[in-house]
Amino acid sequence: MQAKLVPKMALGPLLYYWPKEQIQDFYQQIAETPVDIVYLGETVCSKRRTMNYEDWLELAEQLRSQGKEVVLSSMTLLEASSELKALSRLCKTEGFTIEANDLGAVELLSQAKRAFVSGPSVNIYNHRTLQFLAKQGLKRWTLPVELSKTVLEDLQKERPSGMETEVFVWGRLPLAYSARCFTARAHNLPKDDCQYRCLDYPDGLRLRTREADDFLCLNGIQTQSAMTCNLLDEIKSLKRLNVDVLRISPQSHFTVKIIEAFDAVVNHQAESSTFREQSKRWALSGLCNGYWHGEAGMVQS
Amino acid sequence: MMELVCPAGNLPSLKAAVDNGADAVYIGFKDDTNARHFAGLNFNDKRAGSALQYARERGVKVFVAINTYAQTSTFKRWQEAVDRAAGLGVNALILADIGVMDYASERYPDLNLHLSVQASATNQAALSFYHRHFNIRRAVLPRVLSIKQVRQLAEESPIPLEVFGFGSLCVMVEGRCLLSSYTTGQSPNNYGACSPGNAVRWQEKPDGSLETRLNGVLIDRYEAGENAGYPTLCKGRFQVNGNTFYAIEEPTSLNSLSILPDLQKMGIAALKVEGRQRSPAYVAQVTRVLRAAIDSCHSNPDTFQAQPAWLAELEKVSEGAQTTLGAYHRPWQ
Repeated sequence: MQAKLVPKMALGPLLYYWPKEQIQDFYQQIAETPVDIVYLGETVCSKRRTMNYEDWLELAEQLRSQGKEVVLSSMTLLEASSELKALSRLCKTEGFTIEANDLGAVELLSQAKRAFVSGPSVNIYNHRTLQFLAKQGLKRWTLPVELSKTVLEDLQKERPSGMETEVFVWGRLPLAYSARCFTARAHNLPKDDCQYRCLDYPDGLRLRTREADDFLCLNGIQTQSAMTCNLLDEIKSLKRLNVDVLRISPQSHFTVKIIEAFDAVVNHQAESSTFREQSKRWALSGLCNGYWHGEAGMVQS
Repeated sequence: MMELVCPAGNLPSLKAAVDNGADAVYIGFKDDTNARHFAGLNFNDKRAGSALQYARERGVKVFVAINTYAQTSTFKRWQEAVDRAAGLGVNALILADIGVMDYASERYPDLNLHLSVQASATNQAALSFYHRHFNIRRAVLPRVLSIKQVRQLAEESPIPLEVFGFGSLCVMVEGRCLLSSYTTGQSPNNYGACSPGNAVRWQEKPDGSLETRLNGVLIDRYEAGENAGYPTLCKGRFQVNGNTFYAIEEPTSLNSLSILPDLQKMGIAALKVEGRQRSPAYVAQVTRVLRAAIDSCHSNPDTFQAQPAWLAELEKVSEGAQTTLGAYHRPWQ
């Protein structure tokens, strides 16, 4: 049997809302990192427009010319018909693969006979779903974040030939989406006059229990874990399970260092334990890996 | 006329729904194949058979919810649930998982399939996907759309739509909320329950206050005398920017009586009541009120008004008698 190639590294879509200049500076730094795949685009809120479609496309061209494989990410929760229209335009973009984050995108891409990838909010929980979507053009899928390595192992045994598997390995976990904007709510503002308060929270707005324990993170209409999922110690099992792509989720600080740490462990035989202290500093409210081990997501084992 | 679809967690609830005017009742089997996988709830084969007979003799349909997400190692259980429901001759299956739909539509091409709210289809393209591949005959819409968005979707949808009329409210788009498994390991998708009872702790403090916890996480704290609610984790009070309030959602129920004429006008096929986990008394009461409201709206759509007596009845069974920090937040949408 041929030796398995090492997994590629991907930078997931930016889940937060930053000023345009910050976004552009950020991706200039990313261009210099060993990350192989870069996901670009707004996936959370259609009101976030510091970067419009053309800006994202320009950035995509630029990163591609710098040697990155670029995937354009689509919105997760589609409600208004204007959002569906924007999705339709994105799905017609030539030259780039599209990441579907809703079955609406799956429908548009499969109708257009375009190969596509799926993000963690597309519910692929079993082999039959994976096989069905493969027939619709799915070429790479991302494991839903609540699923464990045991579930993944079963799925990997039955995955269609040529299908690539991606796993979310670093970042605050995307957990829920709502029609309601929790960031606006926390400021006593209606959603339709949110004053773009997400700009004030480059890594989301922390939600604590009444005992002041960090619990969740509000990011507009998205709710994330407060704790950062970290699978740096799990690279061996990710390799053993033939995972093709490891997804790191962007944050306002340390993203380059996080990519370098994963690169060192994945590609250069570094021990993950050498990064243990640093990774605690890179996380915003502590670390967790419970989902991977089949436990509550917030658990760190 | 809009069909009234009511919940039943057991045979007495099913009878209550049927006797009080439901057009259809939805039930689940006794395992994790449905999104109300609670101890003591749901139907074994024998009970399901009795339920079906009772409903059918009175001209009421029965739907079976198989609306959680199957995993590879346990896929067979979902397959068997589909087989059992098909064998019983139920009027429709309510499904969420693509793999399960693929199985059901291939094995039983004539079976009526409904798209569960847990499938999370909020737009025309997603509905078209399910319609094209699995011949879905009706879709239940997630509770994230404004009335304007529902109207638009009703115009464009390739399939008839069912919307929620009354019951506890999910503020997150259904089928894509993992808050419960993040906290407890169990979610609607992977287990069929949100904020599951086995993770709940009620702790009374010496000063008379009460704390509610979910797998150790403090969801809320109630002063002595304050009405305490079940610790559904999105309905607790939390701290954000130093303020303590219902940061995600207040304990509250959805009530769409006032927009019934709009829903009717836009051609919504059915109105759903939430609450398979609730008592037969709840089912009877809510079914009775919604039956009266739908009938009244049907006869006089232009002059329809929700009667104060109906609203009072519904309020009695609504979630959350607690106060909120309402002045801090404005209503959503």
